[in-house]
Amino acid sequence: MSKLRLREVAKIIRSKNAGPFELTLDVFFRDKESFEQAESSGFFTPSLIARLYGISDDEVLSITWFEPAHALKITIIRPLPSGSPGDTDVFGAQQHAPLLELTLPWNG
Amino acid sequence: MKDEVKVLSPTAILGYGFPRESLKEGLARKPDVIAVDAGSTDPGPHFLGLEPEDLSGIGQFGRVIRADLEPLLEASLVAGIPLIIGSAGGAGGTLHLMGVVYLIRDIAEKRGFHFKLATITAEFDQGFVLERLRAGKVEPLGPVPELTEDEVRRSVRIVGQMGVEPFIEALNMGAQVIAAGRANDPAMFAALPIKRGFDPGLSLHMAKILECGAIAADPGSGSDCLFGTVRRDHFIVEPTNSARVCTVRSVAAHTLYEKSDPWRLYGPGGMVDLSRVRFEQDGPRHVKVTGSRFVPDSVYRIKLEGATRVGYRTICIAGIRDPGAIAHLDEMIEETRKRTVEQFAEVPKDEWELHFKVYGRDGVMGRLEPRAEAAHEVGLLIEAIAGTQELASSICMFAHTIILHYGFPGRLSTAGNLAFPLSPEDIPCGSVCRFNIYHLIEVDDPVAPFPIEITEV
Repeated sequence: MSKLRLREVAKIIRSKNAGPFELTLDVFFRDKESFEQAESSGFFTPSLIARLYGISDDEVLSITWFEPAHALKITIIRPLPSGSPGDTDVFGAQQHAPLLELTLPWNG
Repeated sequence: MKDEVKVLSPTAILGYGFPRESLKEGLARKPDVIAVDAGSTDPGPHFLGLEPEDLSGIGQFGRVIRADLEPLLEASLVAGIPLIIGSAGGAGGTLHLMGVVYLIRDIAEKRGFHFKLATITAEFDQGFVLERLRAGKVEPLGPVPELTEDEVRRSVRIVGQMGVEPFIEALNMGAQVIAAGRANDPAMFAALPIKRGFDPGLSLHMAKILECGAIAADPGSGSDCLFGTVRRDHFIVEPTNSARVCTVRSVAAHTLYEKSDPWRLYGPGGMVDLSRVRFEQDGPRHVKVTGSRFVPDSVYRIKLEGATRVGYRTICIAGIRDPGAIAHLDEMIEETRKRTVEQFAEVPKDEWELHFKVYGRDGVMGRLEPRAEAAHEVGLLIEAIAGTQELASSICMFAHTIILHYGFPGRLSTAGNLAFPLSPEDIPCGSVCRFNIYHLIEVDDPVAPFPIEITEV
């Protein structure tokens, strides 16, 4: 089993508010095979996301696989509500970057 | 009964624009209604927390909203089909709605248009929310604290997201144009199909895809049209611009957009269950969707959004290029905080705040940033928030002078640590708000909280 970066098997990696209190990260895999391999690998866990973003496991609200779009959706609690004093990203659109460089074990 | 309802969505948000050709092509398909979303919580709490003495309700957005409104009003009148605008003016309060209604009336007067206009307001008064809160009929939505009576009283404005019911009521009253305050995004698009008896699951799922215009197409765009047709057992979505197509992936992908759960689309009165959904490429440019099912809630709940005023903000923007200053930046910031606390000791500590953002290091992600290293130059945003604009400016100015002249160990550049791109260095930014209500409220009637007024224009 070799390793690759998530961006090599994804078509879209993005972040956005899901309401003012949650941040949602979407990964669209390039094809059905990549989606299925990623889902069945068990690699994407709350503790992985917590480590990647320096948050606690409880702040990772959900990790959901959506086959119709070959997509993975991860929702976390925003560090601060959108636009509250101290917030850094009102739309939440630039919080995906750590996923781009994420390295994962991969077959093929 | 006709066996389909056709809905034209001209653009993702009123004011984002659309190619005139796309609108023409959409109208050639004989839509039964034109519907458009005009707001969001995305731009943050400031807009919901506006006071009448702030900028006019829709302020800088007026020009672009008018540019979209005029052709849409004309199209609606020529075709004799309703135009439905929801979350008018952005945050969807009455102040914002009236800004859009003013534009509608102004266009109508200048163009000699006459029609029946329905306005639907979406503000909830504090007394009603308090009474429901005491009755245990208000609950947090997601990772939000329980609502308290103090927070309700502190709110500048509370809006509720209306469902399809008030729109259906306005259509039944004969409205040609409907301008509504805060609404659940899909409600404007699903109202006519549901009124005509089409399946609410299919109607609402189609509406969810349509509400962002051509974002669900490939290539995606928030400034172009999307056309939806709902029938008895399926719906179809297709862009009207021949340069775009809908694919299974582009449509399925949009189902995830800005939602925490892609399998369930929650809204007023219930949710759309997508566990049995099927997306099919039914032609080169359109996608057919089946299997979306509406599951009603046992009680009718509406999402409330409220904002409260925190204070006034003054900012200072500066660059740092000296490697020593960059290396000692955290120390300089800490020292500045300390000195500022001492300087403003007479102001209670909970009545002002000082924030620093270091661009080129962790300014974008803050505590979520996994990388610690800074670039060879960094941008510093100093932000002071206090009870008055004058105090915020004093705090900001004091803080910038401390950093400017801070003598970090090994400093060679004794003339100053900051490069200011602007004069004045400290910029007053006006009021600061925060979202303080994001809760579900149980109501007995989906229409009553949203008063409808009909006028002849």
